[in-house]
Amino acid sequence: MPLSSADFSAIWLTVKLASLTTVILLLIGTPIALWLSRTRSWWRGPIGAIVALPLVLPPTVIGFYLLLTMGPNGYVGQFTQWLGLGTLTFSFAGLVIGSVIYSMPFVVQPLQNAFAAIGTRPLEVAATLRANPWDTFFTVTLPLARPGFITAAILGFAHTVGEFGVVLMIGGNIPDKTRVVSVQIYDHVEAMEYAQAHWLAGAMVVFAFVVLLALYSSRKTRMGWS
Amino acid sequence: MIQVRLHRKYSGFALKVDLHLPGRGVTALYGHSGSGKTTCLRCIAGLERAEDGFIQVNDEVWQDSRIGLFVPPHKRALGYVFQEASLFPHLSVRANLEFGLKRIPRSARRVDMDQATQLLGIGHLLERNPEHLSGGERQRIGIARALLTSPKLLLMDEPLAALDSQRKGEILPYLERLHDELDIPLLYVSHAQDEVARLADHIVLLSDGTALASGPIGETLARLDLPLARGDDAGVVIHGTVSAYDAAYQLLTLQLPDSALHMRVAHAPLALGRALRVKVQARDVSLSLQAQEHSSILNRLPVTVTEEIPADNNAHVLVRLDAGGTPLLARITRYSRDQLQLHTGQALWAQIKAVAVLA
Repeated sequence: MPLSSADFSAIWLTVKLASLTTVILLLIGTPIALWLSRTRSWWRGPIGAIVALPLVLPPTVIGFYLLLTMGPNGYVGQFTQWLGLGTLTFSFAGLVIGSVIYSMPFVVQPLQNAFAAIGTRPLEVAATLRANPWDTFFTVTLPLARPGFITAAILGFAHTVGEFGVVLMIGGNIPDKTRVVSVQIYDHVEAMEYAQAHWLAGAMVVFAFVVLLALYSSRKTRMGWS
Repeated sequence: MIQVRLHRKYSGFALKVDLHLPGRGVTALYGHSGSGKTTCLRCIAGLERAEDGFIQVNDEVWQDSRIGLFVPPHKRALGYVFQEASLFPHLSVRANLEFGLKRIPRSARRVDMDQATQLLGIGHLLERNPEHLSGGERQRIGIARALLTSPKLLLMDEPLAALDSQRKGEILPYLERLHDELDIPLLYVSHAQDEVARLADHIVLLSDGTALASGPIGETLARLDLPLARGDDAGVVIHGTVSAYDAAYQLLTLQLPDSALHMRVAHAPLALGRALRVKVQARDVSLSLQAQEHSSILNRLPVTVTEEIPADNNAHVLVRLDAGGTPLLARITRYSRDQLQLHTGQALWAQIKAVAVLA
């Protein structure tokens, strides 16, 4: 067996982290994307820029600030300690928070584009057919934005799987808690276990390729509006 | 009775109207693009909010800004037909039609699926995907979908503008059937005078955000003080009553309202006593000092000249005539006017080719 049990637990942890992050991102990313695609407020620019920051910042920068705020002396850290939860650094929960921030643009932007492509006309049509705004969201906006949700989910999941710098900064390298695949590969290389590193790295390459293949093949999906 | 008082301003444009419209029949909001007719319709629907407004449709008030009342569009009993049919692409034709229908409580439904599909001739399209339909079919489904919400007011925003003339001709008869068979007031936005002349009972003429005129179609189209009369397709609408039918020549005889005068038009047979609206274009009316018996022109009406103005080009003049109480417009050359020595009060014969009458 080329993969050790430590490798498998790293894979399982990565899948758990990416799945949870994706679900959370779809839930909080949808209202943000909806707001960004519809608003004419002055805040649209600044909020859009903040959401997109992880696209350009080195992960270590994000990780550094998260470490400070979630650490024992940070605002978030003091709050979680006051709640009796200890600190979030070097914990799985902390990794989830870091991943949500780190992968946010990869979920919000496809959703925002999908909502913008729908435009306002279908919503107006629905309103004149007596659908209230919530009704319209579930029966018109969601189904029409489906390709955007699929893209957002795939990108959010895949990008979280590929996370390394943020994890290292705020999660360290704790087996079963914060040691995800990318960190495990780093460990193997540090320990000169190139064969082990090869198996995991190769698996990542295949995974990434399959994900992107699925994504680009599904781009044929109709998003038109007749 | 429909009352619409709106004041809406945005950069470079202001809409300010105060309209009292009939609570039944078809009212056309007519004007050039940029005249504010679509904005007016959207404010009535609540898709846009006039800063200052009062909207009442028969017994329901939809907006009264003095008391801060603004009923959101989904709570207004209206049907809206957009310029593009805007069918939901993720739903079948049937599901599109049911979208509004199923949101109406059963007790409030006055139009059912069978009636709507039959009225618009779309029964055979129900299981299709909207993507695979022609523009005309899509628009008929859009109209049926709006009807199925049993609206108290139907709003149509240039429903034919996106269609070619053949498709237009395909839909107009269905719109006429709505007018004849359903008792739902219709506000119809259009910049095409032929559509307005065919459908509307009442017309509001909008220009630069204000209403230049609002009145019954017959009188208003014949007013020389409005830009309507100067258009190339200017003319009058006459509501005649069928008084005879010549089967051999397929000619229908129409009696003009409240008069003994008759006109003949080429038309399919209709029952005696039925009402028929025809449009007589100003450029199809010629004037003569005598009744010319020996002519191919079938319609010769004794008229008196009531008014005359210059037309949009220097060679023409527009003449308003009275044919036994029915106003007519004639566009003739200035040369002919001088030859006839035309003057107000003069008795003349108006000649209208039966072929030129639009019925």
